[in-house]
Amino acid sequence: MMKTFSSFITQKGFLFKLGLFICTMWIIIAFFAPFIATHSTIAQDLSIRYLGPSASHFFGTDELGRDVFSRVIYGSRISLTAGIITVVSAFLFGLLFGGIAGYKGGIIDEVMMRFSELIMAFPPLILAMVIAAALGPSVFNTVIAMAIIWWPNYARLMRSMVISLKESEYVTASRAMGASHLRVLFLEIIPNSLGSLLVMVTLDLGNAILMFAGLSFLGLGTQPPTPEWGSMVSGGAEAMHNWWVSTFPGLAIFSVAIAANFVGDGLRDFLDPKLKNE
Amino acid sequence: MFRYIGRRLLFLLFLLFGVSFLVFMISHLVPSDPVASNLSQAAMSNPEVVAAYKEKWGLDKSLFSQFVLYFQNLLMGDLGTSIRTGNPVLEDLMQFFPATMELSIVAMTIALIFGVLFGIISAIYRNKAIDHVVRTISISGVSIPSFWFALITLSFFSSFLGLTPGPGRIDSRSATPEGGTGLLLFDSLISGDFQLFTDVVMHLALPGLVLGLFTMGLIARQTRSNLLEVMSTDYIRTARSKGLKESGVIIRHALANSLIPVLTVAGLGFSNLLGGMVLIENIFAWPGIGQYAYHSAVSLDFPAITGVSLLIAFIFVIINLFIDILYGIIDPRVRYK
Repeated sequence: MMKTFSSFITQKGFLFKLGLFICTMWIIIAFFAPFIATHSTIAQDLSIRYLGPSASHFFGTDELGRDVFSRVIYGSRISLTAGIITVVSAFLFGLLFGGIAGYKGGIIDEVMMRFSELIMAFPPLILAMVIAAALGPSVFNTVIAMAIIWWPNYARLMRSMVISLKESEYVTASRAMGASHLRVLFLEIIPNSLGSLLVMVTLDLGNAILMFAGLSFLGLGTQPPTPEWGSMVSGGAEAMHNWWVSTFPGLAIFSVAIAANFVGDGLRDFLDPKLKNE
Repeated sequence: MFRYIGRRLLFLLFLLFGVSFLVFMISHLVPSDPVASNLSQAAMSNPEVVAAYKEKWGLDKSLFSQFVLYFQNLLMGDLGTSIRTGNPVLEDLMQFFPATMELSIVAMTIALIFGVLFGIISAIYRNKAIDHVVRTISISGVSIPSFWFALITLSFFSSFLGLTPGPGRIDSRSATPEGGTGLLLFDSLISGDFQLFTDVVMHLALPGLVLGLFTMGLIARQTRSNLLEVMSTDYIRTARSKGLKESGVIIRHALANSLIPVLTVAGLGFSNLLGGMVLIENIFAWPGIGQYAYHSAVSLDFPAITGVSLLIAFIFVIINLFIDILYGIIDPRVRYK
């Protein structure tokens, strides 16, 4: 039994599958939250505040007597959506920006790249805090703030891919056959760079969820009483001896982030021929 | 080499210019009256003060000349006055910076030592049980929400076990040495106050560990993959076949050649660390730049935000420059163009 188990977890791609499983599970939970949650997420009842985990409240109750389990379940909706929208919009913008910079080259490339370096030199969390605070704290504004600091990574990766692919023979062939620059960029170069970008997207998804939770923890993401993991951790911070209030939402963030890392690592191993023979 | 450093420092100037321009633009996109938000109630009722303020920052002129003036003030070393604290921003930064510097040096040291060590162990015992354990620790390091982990460790080690002191830099009963650098580890050693030194170390242990965890994970993963790549090369086989001890092969031959990407990651990790500082300082009541940045950002204290951003961008560039120079020392093949 022990042997089967250890060979099961050491088999190739186990962590990748585990990560994929956790991610799928959270997506299902987010979709079917109303059917899984056992209580209202906002109904307050001070007579039952800080109850420990029990059969009626799986994860206990928080400082306002709300059910922590139901709030964690519903919290997945905001955290996952915020993480995905941040990364996808950063990805799309970076793709376009880096693609143009790399393809055009010359002075355009120079200016565009210096601009992206400028954003990168800015301390990320501080820039996000400033933008979120300036726009007013809300989920939407925080996602915008995060996308603004995130895209340069994609732009730079995309640019380097474009520069190396630009000189490849199939691009020259395509140009010789009369394809326009736009056609070459969108139909030849971008599809061939998607692999590396995809790895980055998955790895970043975990980071984006972590950062969103951090900003919410500081009071810059969601506003109460919306259930969100980061702000739930901060709600429990005042009374840490009631450990369940902070612990469960924290574990939820951790599980999503680590799953995204497992999937990203797995994809990279799969796409990187150098590591394949390991 | 000197030309290379010179060019990088020139780029630094451009960067600092850009950062201040960016904050300036954000501050003007925000629909708020800079006079009302920068001056106190009392000062607002005094038309002379308002006029003087408007003149100093050129608020009666066009946006462009406002920026020119703003930048001139910056160049003169005048970062302006913080709205929130009422002190010159430069003074504030100098007051809060040592606490952050001390914490980040400790965190970075922890991250480097354990990161490289874990990476080596992982690579040597590849796919053995210990490799899995160490890799789990490092992947957890990059996935764990630092603010949550900080809360958990703080309540477990100091409230529950009573092993470490609570939040803050020193015990409330101890006094900080007068003058000095503000780096308490250094100051307490210089003044020979070993009791204070122990107190400072105990206070640094938890936040240092929590803060360093993410960077530690990054470094461990990078070290492992580079070491594995290097160890499959021909010259390592040659070194082994010449009968060198395995430890010698790994340390002198393999590790030395896999350090460059590790350094790059360490540099990136350091800037990550400065970001994570905001959350960690908040929880550990650490009187540093992270807390200052947080309070400045939420109160839209733009002079202070500019100051913090310039300081961090400056550190970021200097550290990366330092790492680039280290490349050349570690690897003689690297030449600066």
